[in-house]
Amino acid sequence: MTLHDLFLLWPATALVGTGLLLIGLDLLLREKRALPAVVLAGLAISLAGAITLWGVVEREGPQVGIFGTLRMDAFSLFFAYLFITATALVVLASEPVVRRLQRWQGEYYALVLFASSGMMLLASATELITLYIALELTALPLAALSAFGTDRRSREAGVKFLILSAFSSAVLLYGMVLVYAFTGTTHLDAIGRTVFQTPLDWSIPLGSWALLGGVVLIAAGFGFKISSVPFQMWVSDVYEGAPTPITAYLSVASKAAGFAALLRVFSTAFGLGALQEQWSLLFAGLSAASMTVGNLVAMAQNNIKRLLAYSTIAHAGYILVGVAAVSARAPDQATIGPAGVLFYLAGYTLTNLAAFFGVIAITAQIGGENIEDFAGLGRRSPLLALAITLSLVSLLGIPPTIGFWAKLYIFGSAVRTGLAWLAVVGVINSVLSAYYYLRIVRAMFFLPPKEDAPLRASPSVGTALAFSAGGVVFFGVLPFFLLRLAEIAARIAGSA
Amino acid sequence: MRESVAWLILFLPVASFLAIGLVVRPFLNRWAVLAGYLTVVAVAGSFLLSLVALRATLGHEGPIGWPSHPWVTIGDFTVRVGIRLDSLTAIMLVVVSGVSLAVQIYSLGYMRGDPGLARYFAYMSLFTASMLGLVLSSSLLLVYVFWELVGLCSYLLIGFWYHRPAAAAAAKKAFIVTRLGDLGFLLALLYLFFHRSTFSAQGLDPFDIGHLHQAVTAGLLSGTAVTWLGLGIFAGAIGKSAQFPLHVWLPDAMEGPTPVSALIHAATMVAAGVFLVARVFPLFEASPALMHTVALIGGFTSVFAATMGMVMNDIKRVIAYSTISQLGLMMLALGVGAYTAGVFHLFNHAFFKALLFLGAGSVNHATGTFDMRLMGGLRRFMPWTYATFLVASLSLAGVFPFAGFWSKDEVLTEALTKGEPVALLVGVLALVGVFLTAFYAFRALFLTFHGEFRGGAEAQVGAGDHGANGSGHGKAHLAESPLVMVVPMVALGILAIASGVVANPPGVLGPVPSHWFAHFVVKPGGHFEEVPFNLGTAVLSNLLALAGIGVAWLVYGARRMPAERWTVRPVYRVVARKYFMDDLYERVMAGGLFYRFLCGVVDWFDRVVVDGTAEAIGWIGRNAGKPLAWMQNGQVQAYAGAIGLGIALILIVYMVWR
Repeated sequence: MTLHDLFLLWPATALVGTGLLLIGLDLLLREKRALPAVVLAGLAISLAGAITLWGVVEREGPQVGIFGTLRMDAFSLFFAYLFITATALVVLASEPVVRRLQRWQGEYYALVLFASSGMMLLASATELITLYIALELTALPLAALSAFGTDRRSREAGVKFLILSAFSSAVLLYGMVLVYAFTGTTHLDAIGRTVFQTPLDWSIPLGSWALLGGVVLIAAGFGFKISSVPFQMWVSDVYEGAPTPITAYLSVASKAAGFAALLRVFSTAFGLGALQEQWSLLFAGLSAASMTVGNLVAMAQNNIKRLLAYSTIAHAGYILVGVAAVSARAPDQATIGPAGVLFYLAGYTLTNLAAFFGVIAITAQIGGENIEDFAGLGRRSPLLALAITLSLVSLLGIPPTIGFWAKLYIFGSAVRTGLAWLAVVGVINSVLSAYYYLRIVRAMFFLPPKEDAPLRASPSVGTALAFSAGGVVFFGVLPFFLLRLAEIAARIAGSA
Repeated sequence: MRESVAWLILFLPVASFLAIGLVVRPFLNRWAVLAGYLTVVAVAGSFLLSLVALRATLGHEGPIGWPSHPWVTIGDFTVRVGIRLDSLTAIMLVVVSGVSLAVQIYSLGYMRGDPGLARYFAYMSLFTASMLGLVLSSSLLLVYVFWELVGLCSYLLIGFWYHRPAAAAAAKKAFIVTRLGDLGFLLALLYLFFHRSTFSAQGLDPFDIGHLHQAVTAGLLSGTAVTWLGLGIFAGAIGKSAQFPLHVWLPDAMEGPTPVSALIHAATMVAAGVFLVARVFPLFEASPALMHTVALIGGFTSVFAATMGMVMNDIKRVIAYSTISQLGLMMLALGVGAYTAGVFHLFNHAFFKALLFLGAGSVNHATGTFDMRLMGGLRRFMPWTYATFLVASLSLAGVFPFAGFWSKDEVLTEALTKGEPVALLVGVLALVGVFLTAFYAFRALFLTFHGEFRGGAEAQVGAGDHGANGSGHGKAHLAESPLVMVVPMVALGILAIASGVVANPPGVLGPVPSHWFAHFVVKPGGHFEEVPFNLGTAVLSNLLALAGIGVAWLVYGARRMPAERWTVRPVYRVVARKYFMDDLYERVMAGGLFYRFLCGVVDWFDRVVVDGTAEAIGWIGRNAGKPLAWMQNGQVQAYAGAIGLGIALILIVYMVWR
C-alpha cells in the first residue's frame, strides 16, 4: 500500500471516515441536528477528492493501484460523482425520517455512507475478489437500512433483502469461480486476454460451456442488483417496506452500482471476441423481459411505492438496452451503448429521486401511499405537484426533461448496433408506461382533493426535491454537458 | 456591444414571466398589481437595451453575427442557437419592446381589478419575450420555436376571459387556423433538415438564416426547391399575418382584452409573418413566381379586408380588418421587391394601429361596449382619446404629413413605377385600398365620436354582433380614461404623427440624415437605392384618401346621405357575412367534409381499433398482474426459486438454440 494507493482511495476513505466519525458523534452529541451537516461535509471532502482525481486522470491517464485491483478512470469517477450526488440528496430527504427515530441516528447516516463507499469501490474494482467484497460492502448496510423503519414491514424487508442478496451473491461467486477455472486469473484484463485468445469450442462439455455458464451466473448475480427480470421479485416487497428515502437510494444508487460493475466486467473481461455476441443477446432478452413485465405489473398497482418499484424494473430494462448495444458487428460504435447507459443512469437518478422525494413529502403528511391520496394535489400544493409531474414526465420520456434525451440516446444506440427490434420494444413499452404515470398526474390535477388544507414539504425534503426536479429540467434543456461527460467516461470503459 | 446584452433583451421579460408565474401568482396574488409593475420594469429594460442594440447596429456594416452555440448534437446533426442582429432585427426590437412598454403601462389602468391580473401579466411577459426571441434568433429552427410560442400566448390571451364562450371559441379558432399555415413552415424546415448534407458539404448550417442567404445566392438550391421552400414559409406567414385565405381568425381574436389586441393582433405578432418573409428575403427574390404570389395575395387581401371593414359595427372588428388590410399592403410591398418600404410601413403601422386599439379600449372603458351604433358624441367627454384616435386615423388613411403617408407612398410609388404587369395590378389594388381605408377609418371615427350619444352598454339589448360587453366594464360612465391610459396613448400619438417623417425624412432633419431609415434598412446583400419622390402618386393617393374621408363625412358625419338609402342590400349582405368565408370553413369544411366524413372514419377507427387495443392492454395489465401477483406471494423461498429457475431457463435456451 503506497501513498499513491491512498490517494486513489481518497473519495471512498472520506466516506468511511465520516461514517466512523458519525457513530462517535452520535454517542457524544445530545443535539442530533448537526449530523446531516457532518454527512454533507464528508461528501464534500469526497467530492473534492473525485474532482482532484479527475484532473489527474485527464493529465496522466487512468490510475491503477493496490496491486492492480483498483482503477481510477473517467468511468469510475463519473460514478463517484453520481453516488455523491445521490447520497447527498437522499441524506437531505432522510432528515425528517431520521428525526423521528429514537436511537441510532448516527448509525443511519453512517450506514448510508458505508454503502456509498462500497458503491464507489464497486465502480472502480478491476479484479473479481475486490469486486465481490465491494459488492458485499454495498449490500449489507443497505439490508440494515431497509430494516430501519419502526414497523413490521420494514423488518421483513430487511430480512428478505439480506437473504436474497446473500443468495444472489452466492450465484455471482459461483460464476466467478467458473470463470477463474477457465482462465486461471481473477484480473479482468487478464481474463479478457485469455478469453480472446481461446476459440470458443462448443463440443467439449466443460470447455466453452463452463465459460458460458460462468457468464450467465455472473449476469444473474448482477441481475439481482439491477433488479432485472427474472431476478426482480424482491423489489416490490423491499421497496414497499423499507423507509422511503432508503427505497429511493436502493432504486438509484444501488442500481447504478450494479450497472457500473456489470459494464466493467462485461466490457473488460468478456468484451472481445465471439463471446460478446452471446451476452449481447442475453442482455437484450433480459431487457425486453424487464421492460414488459415491469410495465405490465406496474399498471395494476395502486400503492405508489409498489408502482414506482415496478417502474424501476422497467427502467432497468431500458438501461439494459444500452448494455446489449455493444455489438462486435459495429466496432466504431463500441462506446455508444455504454455512453447511453451512463447518461441514462445519471438522468434516471435525478428523475427517480425527484419522484420518491415527492412521495416522501406527501406521505409524511397524508399518511396514505395510494394513488387516490394524491387527488387534488395540484390545488393543495401546486409546486409539489409540479415537481412530481416533471419527474413522471421525465420517467415517461417526454421533453423538456432529461428522460426524453436519455431514452432517445439509448434507443438510438440500439438502432445503430443492429438491435432495432429492441428499440421498438422499448418504445412500445414507453407508451404503455404512460398509462400508470399519467394516472398519477390525472389524480393530482383532475380529481377533487379530499381536504383543502395546503401541503408543505419539510425544508430539507423540499431542498432535495427542488434540486432533483430542477436538474431534471435543467439537463432536459441543456443535456449536452452531461452527455459529453458520459461519452468521455464510456470511451475509457470501452477501451479498457 | 456584447452578445450578453442581446441575450438580456430576451431574458428580462422571461425573468418577469418566471417571477410572476412562480412567485407572484402562487404566493402574492393579493398584490397582483405587483405583476404589472414587474412586467413594466422588465419591458422597459428590454426597450432601453433595444435602443442600445439599435445604436450598435447603426455603426455596423451588415449583421452583427456572434458565433452560434451548439445546443444539442444528435448524430451528425447539431442544433445551434445564436443571435443575428441586423438592421431589421434592431428595428423590430425597438418596435416590439416600445409598443409593448406602452401597452403594459396602459394595461395597468385598463385591467385594474381584474381577478386574473397576475395571469394576464405573466402571459404578456411571456409574449414579449417570445416575440423578442423570434426577431433575435439566427436559426430558423429557433424562430419556429418562438413562432409557436407567440401563437400559444395569442391563444392564451384571446381566451383570457375563458369563462365567456365566445372568447374560448375565438382562441381555439385562432390557434387552429394559424396552425394550418404553420404546417407549411414546418414542412419547409423539414425540407431543410433532409437536405442538410447539401449545406454541410459547404460548411453551412441549413437552419442558419445567414447561411441560407449564402446558399441561395450561391445557387445551392434548385429553382423549384426555392419556390417550394418559399411557399412553405409563406404559408406560415399567411397564417400568422392573417392573409387571405387564412384571415378569418383575426377578427374573432378581438374577444381578447383590448391591450392584447393592440400589442399582439396589431403591432407585433401579426407582423411576424411580414417579418419572416423579410428575414429570408433573398430566398423569395430568387423566385419570380414566389414574389408574384406574395404580391397578389397581399394586394388582394388589402382590398378584400378593407371592404369588410366598411360594414362592421364593432369598433374593434373594424380595426381588425384594417390590420389585415394593412398587413396585405406590407406583403404587397415585399412582393414587388420594395423591401425597405414594406418594413417601413410595418414600423409606422405598429404605432398608429396600436394607438387605434388603445383608443377603442379607452372608449370601451367609458361606454362599456364596442358597438359603434351605441356610441356617438364621445369627443366632448373624451378629448384626449378623440385627438389621438383622429391622429391615428389620419395616419392610417395615409394623409400628408402623418406617419402612414410616408411609408404608404413609398409602397405605392415602387409598385406603380416598377413597370411590371403584376406590380402595376397590385399598385392599382393598393390605390383602391387607400380610398376604402380612409372611408372605414373615418366611418368609425364619426360613428364613435360625432353626433349624439346613443346609450352605451345600457342600450345594448340584442344589439351588436359580438354579444356582451367586451371586458366587463359593464356600465357607461362617460369620462376621459385615467392618466395611466392616456399617457401611453399620447406617446403613441406623437409617434403616429412623426415616426414617418422623422425616421425617413426627404431631406436632412436636424440630427437625422436624409433617408435615414432607407439607408439603414436595406435588404440582405443589397444597398441603398433612393425611391424618387413621385408627386403624382402622392397627390393621387391623398386625393383618394380625402375623397374617402369626405364620403364618410357625408354618410356618417353630416348624415347628408344616410347609409340606409344607398346601400345595395344583396352586396351589403355578402360583405357583412364576410363573403361567407366563415360559413365555408365552419359549415362546409369543418362541419361537413372534415367532421362528418373524415372524423366519422377516424371516430370508427378510434372506437373500434384504438379503444379496442387500449382496452385489451388495460385488460392485460389488470389480468397479467394476477399470475405474477400469485408468484409475488411474499415468500423468500419462492423468490429465490424464481432466480434459480430464471438461470436454468437461460441456460436451457442457450443449449437448445446452439
